Amino acid sequence: MYRIFALTLLVLAVSLPAQAAPDGARLYARNCAACHGENGAGGLGVPLSLPSFQATVSNDYLHKTIRLGRPGRVMPTSALPDADIDAIVRHIRSWNKAPAPQFSATPVKGNAGHGRVLYAKRCVACHGADGEGGKGTGVTFSRPRDLPIMAPALNNPGFLAAASDSMIKKTLMNGREGTPMTSFLKQGLKEKDIDDIVSFIRSFEKSPRSRHAGVLETEQAVLTMNSPYDLKTTIENVKRAASSNNFIFIREQPLNHGLTPTGQEDPHQHIIYFCNFSMLNAALATDPRVGLFLPCRITVVEQNGKVKMMTVNPKRLSKIFNNAELNTLCDEMTKHYLAIMEEAAI
Amino acid sequence: MKRTMRVLIAALLFNLASTACADQLLMIRSSLSFPEAMMALQNAITTRGYKVTHVQNVDIGLTKIGYKTDQYKVVFYGKAEEVAQLTAKYPELIPYLPLNVAIFAERDNTILVTDRPGVLADFFPNPALKAVFMHWEKDLTEIVNEVQEAR
Repeated sequence: MYRIFALTLLVLAVSLPAQAAPDGARLYARNCAACHGENGAGGLGVPLSLPSFQATVSNDYLHKTIRLGRPGRVMPTSALPDADIDAIVRHIRSWNKAPAPQFSATPVKGNAGHGRVLYAKRCVACHGADGEGGKGTGVTFSRPRDLPIMAPALNNPGFLAAASDSMIKKTLMNGREGTPMTSFLKQGLKEKDIDDIVSFIRSFEKSPRSRHAGVLETEQAVLTMNSPYDLKTTIENVKRAASSNNFIFIREQPLNHGLTPTGQEDPHQHIIYFCNFSMLNAALATDPRVGLFLPCRITVVEQNGKVKMMTVNPKRLSKIFNNAELNTLCDEMTKHYLAIMEEAAI
Repeated sequence: MKRTMRVLIAALLFNLASTACADQLLMIRSSLSFPEAMMALQNAITTRGYKVTHVQNVDIGLTKIGYKTDQYKVVFYGKAEEVAQLTAKYPELIPYLPLNVAIFAERDNTILVTDRPGVLADFFPNPALKAVFMHWEKDLTEIVNEVQEAR
């Protein structure tokens, strides 16, 4: 008993100092590198090491961005302790020698009405008519990309909570070298015009929450439908229904195929895999992370003499991706699954 | 003494849990090339007692049809007894089995992504399943961390 006691104390002793002095590099590698790159070169996420980016964002902005994320725009919220987030911010800053800028929290006063006109002329092409940001997720994430960076969603509640007016103003004035964002001063705008644009961007806070920052309502995690047919007939019906709904049949296998020796698999649980490659390509171009619920599949199960079809509910899964652009595709896929199962049950 | 032990163990668990991330996906970047990362992933899966049941070649399917893509696969894995027991007792889990990890190339790096098994606890709020999901989450976290740290 005393040995267990001592061992527990030892483990606690080892783990506690790690919290006292969080390792920013390690935390970054675990939590950020997948999207932002090992050295902050970007990818799915913003290129954090870009000097022009670092020159226009404060540590407070980075901290709040990590904490609040970007609802509906991939970047998740974080439950990390403040000390860990600060360590990540320090690590991000270590890539550049320039000191972190600091910005006043005083709101910029401008004419939002005039800002709207200027925004429509100068910002809409990249940031969208309602500030919803650029389309497509990321830069190089296994898919060809047209732009070196995705234009941020200026209407996103996460962005608006993290960015001060002064910070937005500095970005507009200086631009961000290495991205399509050019200095508005160099484009001939006056400082007052820039104040007006900042006021317009800030006015997004008063708008109803954008659908681009939304997630689908939580629904059941599994789609299920009973079949009036026997197992074998239902399997064939699912294959045929998938085909008539523009999916290509890939393969059929027992659920425990590969887990047990061939011939000893459970004959009462069969997975039918199928794919609509056009839809797949669109889904991966929107968000390459969706691969984890590929390929499309319906499992046909016989239990107590009853046969039913089951599959994941893409609408329910869409929530875990925090990507509003996926919502339509997931909604569409849910409808396809239901249509296939209904047709198979007729 | 027993009470002290319980308090200490609870403190240890709380300490570990406090490092948890709100992200519902487990996603890591490996500096290994795609083939090396794929090998490291399959090794990490099998050393934890799981069996790789299938590798879905998403990239091959797409390029055959004429779409451009980098290397992209989905690795399915599981434990025979566990799958048999769970599907018999909790058939609602069937669509989520076998477990899988998507793995794809990004330039010279490789990305691994999967949903946190802990998320399944929200999908299936059956207290009896919580231990299973937590056990999967622990294993899966170790698996992806092993690939991330492999050089």
